[in-house]
This record gives sequence, structure tokens and C-alpha cells, in this order.
Amino acid sequence: MGTTTAVTMEINAESCALDLDNRTTLLDALREHLGLTGTKKGCDHGQCGACTVLVDGLRMNSCLLLAVALDGAQVTTVEGLSSDAVLHPVQQAFIDHDAFQCGYCTPGQICSAVGAITEAASGWPSAATAQERPVGSVALTEAEIRERMSGNLCRCGAYVNIVSAVAEAAEAAREAGR
Amino acid sequence: MKTFRYERPTDPAAAIALVAGDSGARYLGGGTNLVDLMKLGVETPELLVDVSRLPFGEVEETGGGGLRIGAAVRNSRLATHMLVRERYPALSQALLSGASAQLRNAATIGGNLLQRTRCLYFQDVSKPCNKRRPGSGCPAREGVHRDLAVLGASEHCIATSTSDLAVALAALDATVHLAGPAGTRSLPLTDLHRLPGDAPERDTVLRHGELITAVELPPPPRSARSAYRKVRDRASYAFALASVAAVLNVRDGAVHEVRLAFGGLAAKPWRANGAEEALQGRPATEDSFAAAVRTELTACRPLRDNGYKVALAERLAVAVLAQLAELD
Amino acid sequence: MTTLESALGASTARLEGRAKVSGTARYAAEYASEGALYAWPVPAGIARGEVTAVHTDAAMADPAVLVVLTHDNAPRLRPVEDRTLALLQSPHVAHRGQYVALAVATSLEAARAAAAAVLVQYKADHHDVVLTEDHPGLYAPEEIDGLWPGTREHGDFGGAYAAAEIRTDAVYTIPPLHNHPMEPHAATAVWDGDALTVYDSNQGSTAVQHTLAQLFGIDAGQVRVVSEHVGGGFGSKGTPRPNVVLAAMAARAVDRPVKLAVPRNHMPAVVGHRAPTIQRIRIGAGSDGRIRALAHEVVTCTSTVGHFVEPAALPSRMMYTAPNSRTSHRVTRLDIPAPSWMRAPGECPGMFALESAIDELADICGLDPVELRIRNDTEVEPDSGLPFSSRHLVECLQEGARRFGWHERDRRPGIRREGRLLIGSGVASSMYPVIIFPSCAAAHADPDGQYRVRVNATDIGTGARTVLAQIAADALAAPLGRVHISIGSSDLPEAPLAGGSSGTASWGWAVHNACAQVRELVERSGGSVPAGGLSASADTTEDIKSGQEYARCAFGAQFAEVQVDTDTGEVRVRRLTGVFAAGRILNPRTARSQFIGAMTMGLSMALMEASTMDPEFGDHAERDFASYHVAACADLPAIEAHWIGEEDPHLNPMGSKGIGEIGIVGTAAAIANAVHHATGVRVRTLPIRPDALLPHFAHFA
Repeated sequence: MGTTTAVTMEINAESCALDLDNRTTLLDALREHLGLTGTKKGCDHGQCGACTVLVDGLRMNSCLLLAVALDGAQVTTVEGLSSDAVLHPVQQAFIDHDAFQCGYCTPGQICSAVGAITEAASGWPSAATAQERPVGSVALTEAEIRERMSGNLCRCGAYVNIVSAVAEAAEAAREAGR
Repeated sequence: MKTFRYERPTDPAAAIALVAGDSGARYLGGGTNLVDLMKLGVETPELLVDVSRLPFGEVEETGGGGLRIGAAVRNSRLATHMLVRERYPALSQALLSGASAQLRNAATIGGNLLQRTRCLYFQDVSKPCNKRRPGSGCPAREGVHRDLAVLGASEHCIATSTSDLAVALAALDATVHLAGPAGTRSLPLTDLHRLPGDAPERDTVLRHGELITAVELPPPPRSARSAYRKVRDRASYAFALASVAAVLNVRDGAVHEVRLAFGGLAAKPWRANGAEEALQGRPATEDSFAAAVRTELTACRPLRDNGYKVALAERLAVAVLAQLAELD
Repeated sequence: MTTLESALGASTARLEGRAKVSGTARYAAEYASEGALYAWPVPAGIARGEVTAVHTDAAMADPAVLVVLTHDNAPRLRPVEDRTLALLQSPHVAHRGQYVALAVATSLEAARAAAAAVLVQYKADHHDVVLTEDHPGLYAPEEIDGLWPGTREHGDFGGAYAAAEIRTDAVYTIPPLHNHPMEPHAATAVWDGDALTVYDSNQGSTAVQHTLAQLFGIDAGQVRVVSEHVGGGFGSKGTPRPNVVLAAMAARAVDRPVKLAVPRNHMPAVVGHRAPTIQRIRIGAGSDGRIRALAHEVVTCTSTVGHFVEPAALPSRMMYTAPNSRTSHRVTRLDIPAPSWMRAPGECPGMFALESAIDELADICGLDPVELRIRNDTEVEPDSGLPFSSRHLVECLQEGARRFGWHERDRRPGIRREGRLLIGSGVASSMYPVIIFPSCAAAHADPDGQYRVRVNATDIGTGARTVLAQIAADALAAPLGRVHISIGSSDLPEAPLAGGSSGTASWGWAVHNACAQVRELVERSGGSVPAGGLSASADTTEDIKSGQEYARCAFGAQFAEVQVDTDTGEVRVRRLTGVFAAGRILNPRTARSQFIGAMTMGLSMALMEASTMDPEFGDHAERDFASYHVAACADLPAIEAHWIGEEDPHLNPMGSKGIGEIGIVGTAAAIANAVHHATGVRVRTLPIRPDALLPHFAHFA
């Protein structure tokens, strides 16, 4: 039994077969093996969120996921959110609300926001959600967005604009879902 | 990170056999703690046995109205589970106050309970640490220890447990089901983690090869309310300075039933048996809450920079109990 | 001809916005180079001494590892002024975490494992790492940072202070703070013969180019530094850092491209930090609150390898009338990592102390703190005696008070309760001086009506690329869409760093001049551009000497409302309002982001940022984001930033003052003052975490 393993993942809707060092994280597989450098390495220890991607639809820190453990998984990175020339509504909202400065945490923020909007629509509570028995979906108030987006640090301090961008994208998703 | 072999057996027996037969083997759940520590060189497994896809992914109702939670259930799924939110709000709150949404989506219940205790010296392989290298010393006692234990620590180690989940489970009288090479056994959750004593390298009572398969919750006490509250250095995404999980049932202004556990104060979730005994039958007032909690906290042995935790824990516990008793 | 809406002053969206949100914007470690290797550095495990042996056998056992560089085998570097760049040149260890070896391998995983496997032996000397207010090594430097006198005295402070009706005397303490930009310092280095190309994360690639040329003994023309997108810096990328030097050394040693990103937990040791300060402020005033005597005495530390001194007393030379004053710095050299610039060095920590002291004075005088500041306003800079080119501090205070609803405030502390919360509000002034460096730029008109503008500016997230295009469009009287701006490469005309809030003024002035000349050339050729195009270049070395007969500074005022949990001591900021007077605002959209972002960092400093120098080991104990807390989204309330129109003809052709740093100046004091108003507890040591307040809360049962 060696220390490399063949792994097949579906990344941004394309099947990718890789022979990887067992030590390789999903983050390093994306950045160093697949040229998908949109996903950023901020801390490499699950403490900043810059590496956030969607794994089987759920947002996770790709720096703490061993790629070898993800055989068969579906991964969506920031590069996979937009199709052709059309930006994902969350990406567009980040531009419209000037929700970034240096841009380094931005792909992670955007993937995280996409995940957060789905989670809230699925009725998942957060620490900011009142304890009453929930109905259908959780409305993304500013307090909800702040709590749900807290796994993505932004040292430039663009949080205020990130919250408004996510609020707009969430509202648009709600409208579209009606 | 050292090289390692990776296996993903499809049945629990095979997984247990693999780990039991290899002293350098470790189980891999969501990896959120283990991979972090492997990158730091703190954990150096030679073989990882991936148990995240074993058939431990269900949350089931037990006959008596309790819950059996598979060890591979992700933290976010448990936190958002309707039965958990209805019956065990403290558990849902504890999970949702832990880490970030991204980490909760990856972390498993079993892995959460088995995360290593936290201390900056433990994480830094260039320094002595009795937990990492038994006998090398504990620089934290004289060094940086603002976050570290005030209860149950020893001269060898003052690291703290950081699992919010474990604190809620301790207050909820959870049982942990284990499977190992010698068969299965069950433990009260409060017996799973151990205090450092003179063997700080052992965080839990698990034997090599033993695997958490499930956590079982008894039915919630009738008419009782529960809550979890955590104090930290920022509003979200931080470890607890202190936390409290409490279950309280007040009848006619007196404490009929109470369970109280602290987080952030010790190497394990600290079930406050002393405070619970002192409160039984007492008037549900802030004064009696404070007196009882103080009894429990007399065991605190704070160091230079973590003494604030004693007052913080007391005030926090009183506030949570008062909230549950609707004294405000 | 249609009238053009001026590009300057428009809320233009960031030109690189699409690239940043879609993941195509490339940062320093993201340039694919054929056969690139990975380097991972090894930090020193002692605080002071000598490396006696480096055992690399275990590391080299992996065939993926090509080399481990140490002081024995690393390429020799020529000396440069910044001694932290003399990497792997000698066995001497000046601080823990200093790099002592570098592993180079074909994969990131192998490089990291190899670095961990390198065994370094040392002869450790006794180390001295902890700053105290009576440290025996303290001395008063004549000059600090080559720019300012260490000590200034006006009038007779001692006499005036002794004679004052009202006296304050308090000490304010700030721990070491870390810049922690989200993108770690990274570089990719590629040699082609004696020509070096590096993709580097920095705040000014002209300086990196010249330093690399010096270090490797080659012409600057042989060094190309590309810094197209930079993931934040906040001062820590203002000078070349070990990432780029080590990447270039390794690439030279193995003759292949090498990538190196500084691991997050190494950053507190190798990319600078804000030094701790112990600041004593004494104010003597009349009962009317007018300051007669002011002493601001700073004690701080620096390293044995650097000379940077946090100039925290500077604001007291500029802020308020003080006929008798003493401002001084005393510093000691410790065996610590080299402190350096962090957003508003000097002003940021200095104004926490001064603006807290002013609040204390207002408290003693029984005066509203806004009113007290207005009474001490001055039209001339107290230290130099020069008139201010413009100063609208009072207007900022008044406008901020109006917007915040300040005048409904009851001055008494500790009386506003909402359940178990105490509520309070506080104010502080902000200031940041105008700094302008010489810059070059070039502009070119094409026959098809397009313009190309070139300047080696750096956009670290400020929006520099966008505002420079706006300045160009304005000077060219051309639509923004026809202006193509190139920045972020040392191939472009030389330019200063993105630092000291100087970028827009410095680069913009050169861009303005080059573009104005091109516009004139186009006009002279009858409005048409000949086949070869028309070009002009500018160098502002002479231009920037104007205006120096004035003291030039941006001012502002910040208002904070906080809630304090009486059970737990947790402080949350509910509202933060800033009003600034910073000359002409050239792009309201990106300017607002600068103000809000810096105020966010100020909130973070006030409530949570703290690093501890470990006395036993000599390193900063909190080296990751799990222990060194920076504000998360949940910590941030609604923040408002506003500005008042300021016309100042003594600045630069755009009429702008720098806006990158002023937002962090004063925030921490406004919040600490609000905590005092809420609780009656005056916290003079940052950050204000539960343990700072709990001991005072015994009475809240």
C-alpha cells in the first residue's frame, strides 16, 4: 500500500482523475494540480475561509479536506459558479456592492455566500436564529448574514458591503424561487 | 506532514481491524482537527482509516423518545435536525456556536468529541509539551495561558477541551457507544474524556482501535428547558473562554431538576455535580444559583492570567439559569 | 463635441472587479511556471545565538527534495540596508522564527515535510524580549525612522503642568499587533541566465526590483517584478520580505522556477508587526478645558536587526493647541522579530492614547468631549508653527455629532441599561498627514482615440488601478473607457510604494502630468493623433516640493455606540460613524470602502487583537487566526463613513489627501471612550476583552 492514491472527483461539472500524494489537500489539488487558483490559501488551517468551496453542495474549507478522502465527490469552485459570460448573482452582487478590496478572500466569501443562501433556504438555523420552531426557510436578515458569513475573514474590512451584497443576492434567489 | 497510507474500508469491523493492528493508525472523520494537527506535525499517523462513510450517518429516535446519533453525522446536520431543535435546544445551540458553517459541514460528531485539547504549546512542535512529548515539561503554566484550564488541571498540563458539543452532551446525560477489537461498550459521555493527571498525552479513555459509533441521548426531562451559551473573544468563529450548558425544571419557584456543565474551563466538559446537588429543591433565584455555582467553582485553581474565567463562569451560569427560570 | 462628465469624483466600480469575483485575478503564487518547485522555510527555534549545525539527511532522504539551503550553501547576497533580508548568510540568530534553512522540493507536501525534518542545532544565548516601562536598555533616539526628532519640547511643560487647574496623568498600553493580510507574503521566482523575473506580493515593486538587484549584484534592468494583484498588505508588504529573496535564492540554486508562500504561522516573525507601546500622557488644562500643557511620552521597542520605532507621540505634535508640550520616544532593542509599519504607524497607537486622555480630561472638566476638542482646535500646527493648508476637524466633529445624534447624549457614565446590557457612546478625532513621494508615469495617445497610461503603482485593494484611470481620463478629457491603465510591474515607469496613504497623490500627480502633456500634444497637433501616436512622461520630483510652507493633514471624527454585557464583560459595537475631511474624494465608492475598512480594523484593534511576546521562548505566542483574533463578520455593526467637501489648493493637481489610513486612527479610542460611558470603567490597555471589564463588574449582581 503506497502513499499515493488515484482519486476521481467531479470538479465544476468535469470529471477529474488524479493520482495524488495522500497528503494533498483538496485546496492544493485545485491550485497546484488543476490550475484552479481562484480558490485561495489564506491560512491553510481552517481558520480564515479563503479556501471555501462547495463539496456535494455544502461549503467547506478545502484546506482541511484530504483529496484522497473525496473520491467521487462533486466540487464547485469559484471558477465553476459562472457560466460563459454570465456571472453568478452572488458574484455580480459583490461587484455591485463593492464587497471587496484586495480580492483575496473574495472567492471564498462568494462560495460561502452561495452555500449560506442554500442553507437558509433549506431552513437551517444559525446561532442568530430565534429558537421558535422554524418554518420552511430562514430569512437572511443582516444579523443572520453576519453570523453565517463569519467563517470568512476579510482583513480589508469589507464586511459591511459583503453583508449588503449577500442580502441582495439572497433576496434575488428568494424571488426567483417563488 | 509525514507521508501516510490511506484506507477506506466499507464495514466497521474491517476499519477496527485495520487500526487495531497498527499502532501508527488513526481514524479519519471529517478531518477538521486531525488534518490541522498533521500539518503542524503534532499528529504523525502512518495510516489513516477513513470512517466518514461507514454506516454511522443516521439520527434515529429511540423507543423511549430519545435520540441515537451516528458518529459520522456531520455537525451541521445534527444542529439543524428538527428533533434536536425541538427536544434538545442546548445541543443545537452548542453545535451552532462552534467553529464556522464550513467546519460544521465537514466535522463529524465522533470526530468532534475526539478533537485534541487545545494549547498553543501543544500546537508548536518546537517547544516542550507533556501532552505531545511526555516528560518534556509544560511551559504554559508560566507562559501564555489566558485561554487555559482552571479546573481539573495538573502540574503536567493545563490544556482545555474546545468541543462545544461535548459540553451540551454532558449536560444532557448522553451515552457514547464504542466498538473496538474486544467488542462494544458504552460510557456516559462524562467518562469519555479524562483529566490530564500525570498522563496528559491521553485525552480520552478510548483504547487503541476503539471507535465511537454513536451517541445516545435519553429523552429530555419533561417540562425542563435547556440552553447553551458561550463567551468568546469575538462574536463568532472562536473558541470559548467559558461556556455553559444547562437544563432546568422549576416547579413552584423551586429547582425541581437541574443539570449544568461548563466548557472552556478544563480538559473535559465539566459536569457541575456539586452545583446541581446544592441547587436541588432550592428557590430558583439568582442568589441560590450563584451560591451553588460558587460551591462548584471553589475547585478552581487559576494561574496568573486565567483567573477571570472563574468569575466569568459563575456569572455566565447564573445568567443562563436565570434565563431558563425566566427570572428576567 | 459633447461635454464629458468628469471621471474624477465618479463612483466608478473597480476595474479588476470581474477578475476578482470570478477567480481569474492572479496573485504572486498563482503563476504557472513549467517545472516550478516549492520552497518551505525553517524558522529558528531559539531567540538569540548561533546555528551550530544543520542536519539535512532526513529531509534529503525524500527524492522529491532537491536541496536544503542553509547559511553554509545558500547563494551569497550583497549587503543591503534592511538586515532582515540577509537571509541564510550567517549562523547568527537574532530572533526566534528567523529563517535558518529552506527546503526545496518538487511538491508542496514534500517541501513542508522536508522543512519539518531539518534538524537545526544551536548555541543559545540569553535573550531579552519583554518590553517594560523601566527596561534598562531604554534610550531616547535623537531621530526616529530618519524622519522626525525623537523628542520635542515647547515652552515649559513642567511649570505649566504644575500650575494647571486640572491635571490628567495616565498610561495607555497596546500589545504587539500583526498586519495579517489575507494573502500571505508569497513569490514565484524565475531566472533566465542573469535575468530574474519574480511575481511577488508587495506594496511597491520598484523598491523590490532595486533591492533584489542589489542583493544579487545585478543591474536593476535585469530584474522584473510583477505584482498585478496583491492580497492586502497594511504596511507589512511595504518593503521586500523574505518570501521574494528566498524564492530568488532557491531558484538560482536549483536553476528552476521556485514558489514560496510564507506559512501563516511564520508571518508574525518575518513580515513585521506593530511594536507594543506604553504611552504616558499628562495634560494640564484650565477648568474651561483649554490645554496649557501636554506631555506624550512613548516607550516602545525595536529589534536588534531593524531600527523602526513606532512614532506614537507624533499626533500630539499636530492635534491640539498646547503652548507647553513635551513629546518623546524612548526605545529599547530586544531580541524580537523586527517591528515595522502597520496601518498608520504612530498615528494609530498614538491617537488611542491621546484621544483617550482627551476624553478623560473632558470627564474631569465636566465638558462634552466634542466641545472640549473644539475649544482646543488650532489653525497652526503646534509643533512646526506652520499654518494648516486646510483643517476641518471641527466641522467633522460637528457633522458627525449631528449624524450620530450625539447631542441627545447624557454625559453621565454607567446609567443606560437595556436588561443586562449597559449602553454608551464615545467620540475620538482622527488625523493622518499628507505624504507625497516622487513618481514617474507615462501616457500615450493612439491614433484610434485610445490612451495607454503606465505607472508602477500597486493596487493592494485600495482601488488604485481604478482611481488612476479616473485621474488619467480627467487630465486627458477622455472617456474612462478609452483609458487603458497598466500598473503592478517594474517594467513600468518607476513609482513609490502603496504606503503612508501616499499612493493616489504620488502616482496620480505623475499620471496627471503625463496625461495633461499628452492632451496638450494632441491639441497642438490639431486634435488628431499621428500614426506613431503621441507620448509624454512625467517625473514629479520637483513638483512635489510645492506646498511645503503648510502643515498638511487630513482630519476626521469617529463616533461609536457600544453595548456591554454586565454578566460576561462582552463588548459589542452597535454603531460606528466616521466623518472625514480629506481633500477632494476622487472615487466615493472605493473611498467609502477605505474608510469603512480601516474603521473595521480599528474596531478589531479595540476589542480583540492581541499578541503576547512569550518571555521564555521569545516569539509571539498567537501566530494563527484561531488565537490572534481579527474581527469577523458578526463583530461588525452598520458602519457609516461620510466626508465633508474640502477644497485645498496646496496638495496636488487632484486636490486629494490620503485616505487609506485615517480610518483606523481614533477608532479604538472612540470605542474605549464609549465603553467608559457605558460602564464607568476606563480601559487603558487594549484590547477590551471580557477579562478587562469583569473585575469591575462585581457590583452588577
